[in-house]
Amino acid sequence: MNDGAQVSTAALLRAQEGSAPAGTLPKAATGIPGLDEITLGGLPRGRPTLVCGGAGCGKTLLAMEFLVRGATQFDEPGVCVTFEETEAELAENVRSLGFDVDGLVQRGMLAFDHVHIDRREIEETGEYDLEGLFVRLGFAIDSIGAKRVVLDTMEALFGGFSNMAILRSELRRLFRWLKDRDVTVVITGERGDGTLTRQGLEEYVSDCVILLDHRVNEQISTRRLRVVKYRGTSHGTNEYPFLINEQGISVLPVTSLGLAHRVSNERVSSGIPRLDAMLGGAGFYRGSSILVSGAAGSGKSTIAAHFADAACRRGERCLFLAFEESRDQIVRNMRSVGIDLARHVDSGHLLMEAARPSLHGLETHLAQIHRQIDTFDPQAVVIDPISNLGYATQRLDLSAMLLRMIDFLKSKGITALFVNLAAGGVPLDATDLGVSSLIDTWLVLRDIEAGGERNRGLYVIKSRGMQHSNQIREFVITSDGIDLLDVYAGPDGVLTGSLRAAQEARENAAAMARDQEQQRRQRDLKTRRVVLQAQIEALQQEASTLEEEISFQSSQFALATDTIESERRAAARRRGGEEAS
Amino acid sequence: MNGNGGNERHSASEPGAVPPNGTAELWELRLYTAGQTPKSVLAFNNLKRICEEHMPGRYQIEVIDLLQNPRLAKEDQIVAIPTLVRKLPQPLRKIIGDLSDTERTLVGLQLRPRNA
Repeated sequence: MNDGAQVSTAALLRAQEGSAPAGTLPKAATGIPGLDEITLGGLPRGRPTLVCGGAGCGKTLLAMEFLVRGATQFDEPGVCVTFEETEAELAENVRSLGFDVDGLVQRGMLAFDHVHIDRREIEETGEYDLEGLFVRLGFAIDSIGAKRVVLDTMEALFGGFSNMAILRSELRRLFRWLKDRDVTVVITGERGDGTLTRQGLEEYVSDCVILLDHRVNEQISTRRLRVVKYRGTSHGTNEYPFLINEQGISVLPVTSLGLAHRVSNERVSSGIPRLDAMLGGAGFYRGSSILVSGAAGSGKSTIAAHFADAACRRGERCLFLAFEESRDQIVRNMRSVGIDLARHVDSGHLLMEAARPSLHGLETHLAQIHRQIDTFDPQAVVIDPISNLGYATQRLDLSAMLLRMIDFLKSKGITALFVNLAAGGVPLDATDLGVSSLIDTWLVLRDIEAGGERNRGLYVIKSRGMQHSNQIREFVITSDGIDLLDVYAGPDGVLTGSLRAAQEARENAAAMARDQEQQRRQRDLKTRRVVLQAQIEALQQEASTLEEEISFQSSQFALATDTIESERRAAARRRGGEEAS
Repeated sequence: MNGNGGNERHSASEPGAVPPNGTAELWELRLYTAGQTPKSVLAFNNLKRICEEHMPGRYQIEVIDLLQNPRLAKEDQIVAIPTLVRKLPQPLRKIIGDLSDTERTLVGLQLRPRNA
């Protein structure tokens, strides 16, 4: 779900390096992470490469790593000719990087020759050449069938001999001779004043020149690498920051890493149930990268603490890297909102590391983060805040480093939550770190100022691979942690704080009034019905009275009729004679 | 300068010879070469001449051909060819070049002070 960002970064790198194919020039991979990407495959095979830089910039280390990795990863034996350090010193220096030099020497994969030149012991009397060096090199190469040769640092020769004409012609002969032997050579050279090397070694090595730099910027050192020249092939021309850590050198950016990392469908809780509900009802994806950005005091750290707490409660290990507050300070502050981090620290689930961002350069920080992750093996990582790291370095570096770190965390399947303090005046949805495209889930906390109050709002800018809420939710930090409140989104927008409370009160009053009105009407209607009922009863009474009247009337009428009839008959009978006759 | 592992010992000491400068120390010298090149032949001849001149009978020259014994180049810390190593008397001194600059060779062998 996050491959898109990485593909585009890789494409970007290809674009800036010129999209030419790797070319027909055969190359010898160094095995040094990042360097082979920048050189599109490695150093020119069978040719010399000059690695130059100031004192302590990592020249010898790079050269040694080229040899050791050649022997261990590419089955190419190597010869190291040292002019300054003895074999024992050199082996000691690189042993700290986990290179088993002694073992490689015993297996015939590495050979050393320390060329000791002390001018005080040497008197020059006429013509000479450096055939002795050739013999030694040839013998060392033949003894193990070497494919790689390191000459560290040839400039010592310039201090040992006074006849520059001889020396320079012999050097030229040496490089031709090395090319004829078809060995890939790395020559180190000390950087000169205004030139790549003090003795102009670059004049003999025309195929590939790599410049290392150890620069101090605002009191903090950063290492950089640049391919100055690479004949016959395209290459990255930028300055790339590089790290020296326990695994040796790694050059950034590494784009080949992480494209194939596993993607989990498992979901993990944010520690805040209603936030989980906003994120498709189930929280973050395991192994995703989460960015929480917001202004100062918006509750970012509390959200981070919830996340760490939830991870530890699930029985996972969580690495909490704090660059702003001390460990005890965080524990105390989070206890005040009901999150007991000390418990997880004691149980060993939570490892909190606090350091000032300015303590080291960025590369050292990242090297340390790598080491802590490797040793602690956490399932969740919190970095609070990443923006602070940026104070100590250049923004471009930070983006590249974060890219690499996010890659690294993803490849390990670690769910990572980064806190980003948005600088004042910068839009909240524009990270100044340039990492937003790498982030899977992005929460923004914002202050909502209205009605003379400052309230906290939270919304989800994006969350890859899930249905997420589009609402701005108000949240409050209580003594039991963060609680997301019900939404009031009326025609005037989202209301928060006491405005929301006032609106709720208004609505309550209105509802009550409606209620009362309803009740009044009901009463009214009931009364009217009662009245009507009474009227109905009265009318019925009247009707029945009338009924009685009618039946009385009709009986009276019948009686009268009868009476009249009988009277008429009686009269007839009285006049009957007349009528019967 | 061939066969025998490429090493030859040139001992020019005559029994009973008296050291001219009164010291009886033995000079043990090694000349490293890489094949029989004009430079190494010249160096050997120059060396022989200087030795005869300054330490007759008290020197021993061992010529080592590194093409025959490449391992010795590393062990004896040889870079330039030809290299003359004064093994004895102590301390060890290295002199490179064809030894055609006699003055500097003598300085290198500490037979003459540097600013002489």
